[in-house]
Amino acid sequence: MLMKPEQEKQIRQTVADPKIQLALYSATARLKEKREEVVAPEALPEYQELRTQANRIKKHTLENLDVYLEEFEANVEAHGGKVVYARNGQEVTDFILGLARERGVKMLVKSKSMTTEEIHLNERLEHHHLEAVETDLGEYIIQLAHDRPYHIVAPAVHMTRQDVADVFEKNLTDPRTEEPGKQAMIARRNLREKFLEAGIGISGANFLVADSGAVCIVENEGNARLTTTAPPIHIAVAGIEKMIPRARDLAVFLKLLARSGTGQLLTVYTSFLSGPRRGGEADGPAEFYVVLMDNGRTRLLADAEKRQSLYCIRCGACLNACPVYRKIGGHNYPGAYSGPIGAIITPQYQGIAKDPWLPFASSLCGACAEVCPVKIDIPKILLDLRKEVMEDRAARGDGFLERKAFQMYGWLTRRPKLYALAGRIGARMARAPGAASMGPAAKWASVREVPLPARKSFRDQWREREKSK
Amino acid sequence: MAGTGEIEVTPREEILDRVRKALGRKAGQGRDRVPEPRIRIPEIPPERRVALFAERLEALGGKVYRAAALAQVRDITAGILEGSAAVCSMDPLLEKAGIPGLPGVVSGFGDEPSLRAACAAAPFGITGADYGLAETGSIVTRSVSEARLISLLPPAHIAVLPVSRMLTGLDEFYSELPMPADAASSTVFITGPSRSADIEMILVRGVHGPRVIHVIVVDEEHATNR
Repeated sequence: MLMKPEQEKQIRQTVADPKIQLALYSATARLKEKREEVVAPEALPEYQELRTQANRIKKHTLENLDVYLEEFEANVEAHGGKVVYARNGQEVTDFILGLARERGVKMLVKSKSMTTEEIHLNERLEHHHLEAVETDLGEYIIQLAHDRPYHIVAPAVHMTRQDVADVFEKNLTDPRTEEPGKQAMIARRNLREKFLEAGIGISGANFLVADSGAVCIVENEGNARLTTTAPPIHIAVAGIEKMIPRARDLAVFLKLLARSGTGQLLTVYTSFLSGPRRGGEADGPAEFYVVLMDNGRTRLLADAEKRQSLYCIRCGACLNACPVYRKIGGHNYPGAYSGPIGAIITPQYQGIAKDPWLPFASSLCGACAEVCPVKIDIPKILLDLRKEVMEDRAARGDGFLERKAFQMYGWLTRRPKLYALAGRIGARMARAPGAASMGPAAKWASVREVPLPARKSFRDQWREREKSK
Repeated sequence: MAGTGEIEVTPREEILDRVRKALGRKAGQGRDRVPEPRIRIPEIPPERRVALFAERLEALGGKVYRAAALAQVRDITAGILEGSAAVCSMDPLLEKAGIPGLPGVVSGFGDEPSLRAACAAAPFGITGADYGLAETGSIVTRSVSEARLISLLPPAHIAVLPVSRMLTGLDEFYSELPMPADAASSTVFITGPSRSADIEMILVRGVHGPRVIHVIVVDEEHATNR
């Protein structure tokens, strides 16, 4: 009903694919376990307190976002950098293309950024003949394979070493190898040249720090450090919601981010960058830009209930915890963001009409909310979005039968005698062989075990007990 | 556009306007009181800090050495290098330890291209470290005292950290330096060697940054004057 048949077919394929299922299950299980170890009370007694604080700081920042945007901008400029506002992906692209043209740049390097995935920046730039090279190992493989990221923190988690060997063999001149260590060294060699030649480095930002005019970037490989250090121009592209008030707030957020994402205490590199290279500094970019992108975020900000969706720090913990993501994987979610967080932000960025099934792709088990380091109430937002989807359908006259059925049920529940009679008839019909696979509920029943109604209803049993006393 | 009489709304104005409308705020309106982050510095005696730092960094595949005096730093470094070439930063501590005098060690570059070329070729990069963070096994390097590329391009990194700069962790760091951007354009926490698990979740070291990190923690009274 809500889902297009081809989407359903794709999901069935993923669930039936043993290779993908194994990769998904083991990778998410491993990330889940590692997270649990480092947030356990013995390891981090203040974990719950940190979550509450992170939630409060994000809430405050978003409620006062205009002040922090202006403060951030003033501080970036005080350090010799420049802030560029962009309403959408087109404006981000136009700015980068314009700068590249002015500086005569033909090739740029990129470090991992979900925000640029969201706006399909690489495709847009390449359309204008500006080569954009992804440098995170997983993203590099994905880019060579013309694929898209499968997981927020593990983009190539669905590919095996043989897949990687195939992709490298097809695109690079190095001899084939199926050893991950050697494959990583092939990437290192090929990308090293790109880093040293590139005219621009584009990064995302994990945090925008208002009091410092700084971007904070966390990573494990060193590609983000290279992207923001080697080329003469650094451009950080970030959604406006990435703001935090002060550098010292990082004492809270950094403790949560790596632990929740990968089970590390800190990622290998945490870079705190403000402005271009200063007088007396030996290296670093000569120009520094931060692009602050809206792309649907201000619309979300206006909704006081669902605003908390913007607190997300993109750790990916909710994906690893989600029984749905762990079966259907990343590619069955539309847009750049998958898992529970994708199911709440994608419909809000693009409007609920486009993929109305998304908020329903959840069992509402609550595992996502339990692991969220900034305490986003994802199940609550899913329910709110479901309500919006149903209202939207009603307004368009869809779902007539379903609505009528529930209206009738409501009518029936207000008539006890009739309700009891209907219950007895219904129970007898439902116990008939094959009943569950027939009628309007057949589809619902096809993926669930339908419990048989008891031979005697509760009301009947009660009456008998009362009589026999 | 000039002459048309139309006022063009810039993306900046429009986004700020949308944000204010979404929040029901007016331009120039002050902000609410900001909640304070939890900052609690644990009490860890200096010797325990070094032990904790070593435990954490070694768990990540890093190597930690203890030098009782600067003279030892030179010997330890020579032992690690085993005659290999290295780029050494301009940190006065390294100079005092006599590291630029070791065979194969180059230091002092007039311009960035030569620094970059040297870092791209050298098997080792040698730097100081402004701070250590015991709880995470991290070192902190800032662009005000260190070239960024020396700890990044060579496949192995040696860092020399005065023991007096060993902080307990993030909380103490942000108490000591609440405004890192005031002093340097880049402040980086380095926590172990470069790593990736992007292919089949298998750990690989040295993907883009150094595969190996050696940290020499030195006891030296006057090493702290930086």
